[in-house]
Amino acid sequence: MKKPMNEMKVTFPSRSANEGFARAAVAAFLSQLDPAVDELADLRTAVSEAVTNCIVHAYRDEIGMITIHMKLYADGRTVIKIRDRGCGIDNVDKAMEPLFTTGGDDRSGLGFSVMESFTDRLRVSSHIGKGTVVTMEKYIAVRHRQARVV
Amino acid sequence: MVIRMDATPSGLTVWLSGELDHHSARSLREQVDAAVVRSSATVLRLDFSGVTFMDSSGIGLIMGRYRLLQSRGGKLLVVGVSDRLLRVMKLAGLERLPVWETAPVDTKKKQGVTRK
Repeated sequence: MKKPMNEMKVTFPSRSANEGFARAAVAAFLSQLDPAVDELADLRTAVSEAVTNCIVHAYRDEIGMITIHMKLYADGRTVIKIRDRGCGIDNVDKAMEPLFTTGGDDRSGLGFSVMESFTDRLRVSSHIGKGTVVTMEKYIAVRHRQARVV
Repeated sequence: MVIRMDATPSGLTVWLSGELDHHSARSLREQVDAAVVRSSATVLRLDFSGVTFMDSSGIGLIMGRYRLLQSRGGKLLVVGVSDRLLRVMKLAGLERLPVWETAPVDTKKKQGVTRK
């Protein structure tokens, strides 16, 4: 596997005010690829869902740390890992079903559906009592970078 | 997220602006619900034209207010939704909910612009 051309890691506590920070951090790092408006908005939305899941579910009754590890590859592939050390998901397949939620009345149960729709690949790995890692991949079209160089 | 509210005899209008996520939805929900109860409005108009970002928290917000107004014999209206926001709302099938003053139209599709 090729090495990433650039990467970043950011860790922050599971306070809901950090949802906006997580989106901004990912967007700022991605800006070096000169993404299209839609590509940027897609990733911001997907990251927002993943981080919200950590806050609402993984650390339901506590504040814990969330880590975002983002890697950029030369072919435009962008990999974002969002990790928590929270309660873990009992049944990942069930949790990923559209509309399934344990979050109460005002949660739509569409977090994973949004992540799936707005990225090219989504993987979820979880262990009860140890935490969850959500890995999302999205290709950022290279045409923008070429256009800028020319 | 900043909100502005205007209560008239014909209903309550709420203008939302800024980023709508789980963090901002919480206090927004409380303010809107309190205003609905206080004004005994039967029509709640949610104007999204100032919303620059929305994730699935916005879907929960709409569904919850739809149910609240329904339980009070009233009606929720959703206006000012951009293509971007509509894309998120469509994941929940919200375009089929009877909350639109005019049918939501994806302007990019209308103009024949290719989207991924």
